[in-house]
Amino acid sequence: MTLYDIIFYLFALITIGSAMLVVTTKNIVHAAFALLLTFFGVAGIYVLLAADFLAIVQIMVYVGGILVLIIFGVMLTNKITSVEIKTGTLNVLTASIVIGVFMGLVVSIMVWTGWYSMPAPIPATTAYGLGETLISDYALIFELLAMLLLIALVGAASIARREKESL
Amino acid sequence: MLQVGLTHFLVIGAILFSLGIYGIITRKNAVMVLMGVELILNAANINFVAFSRYGNFGLNGQIAALFVIVLAAAEAAIALAIVLNIYKTYSNVNVDEISNLKE
Repeated sequence: MTLYDIIFYLFALITIGSAMLVVTTKNIVHAAFALLLTFFGVAGIYVLLAADFLAIVQIMVYVGGILVLIIFGVMLTNKITSVEIKTGTLNVLTASIVIGVFMGLVVSIMVWTGWYSMPAPIPATTAYGLGETLISDYALIFELLAMLLLIALVGAASIARREKESL
Repeated sequence: MLQVGLTHFLVIGAILFSLGIYGIITRKNAVMVLMGVELILNAANINFVAFSRYGNFGLNGQIAALFVIVLAAAEAAIALAIVLNIYKTYSNVNVDEISNLKE
């Protein structure tokens, strides 16, 4: 067990444990904060996979953007009478059985497949290479994604602001 | 077995994916369903980055993960706008009670 392994198991524990909390707790606000921990754990896993830039993007976009958006969604779609905001559940027993079987199947596939593994030497930083690839090989997709993001944000604003009588 | 390799990251991705599907199936609140979708997208991203690191694909896997993050941001914005509209119309966001597209 090297230090790398110990840190990996720590982040794996944080990620899986808090993801478990997200899907089992009934309190929506607790689930949102557990999701925060999950995103941080995934960012740590990115760092262990030598994706430093992606880890920072994960923290900035997911924790700083998407999670705030989700918490806004929680606050705007509930009559807030107390701190507790609950969600109902359905199909718990069936879903547990089916997902348990599914998880066992996928995990055993992942474990028993002889993956071809040939790690490349770790570059000092990935930001330079990512930027260069983004504007050379993936230039068209980059531009299309910019258009898509613009359209999505304009569409979201227009949907959310629409008055009831004009529906 | 304890030596961390590609398999460990793939297993984490698989477990996160299953938990995300579980969340989507069992939660009633639409915002909680969105959280399940975010978990699934993160699981896919872990797989992309893990294969990028261990399969010697250069940075292509990380680029794909970046694109997934952009799409997740767009998806969250649109979905929450729709959820807000549903709340305005039905005064709740329980996905099992909303079966009409129109009032």
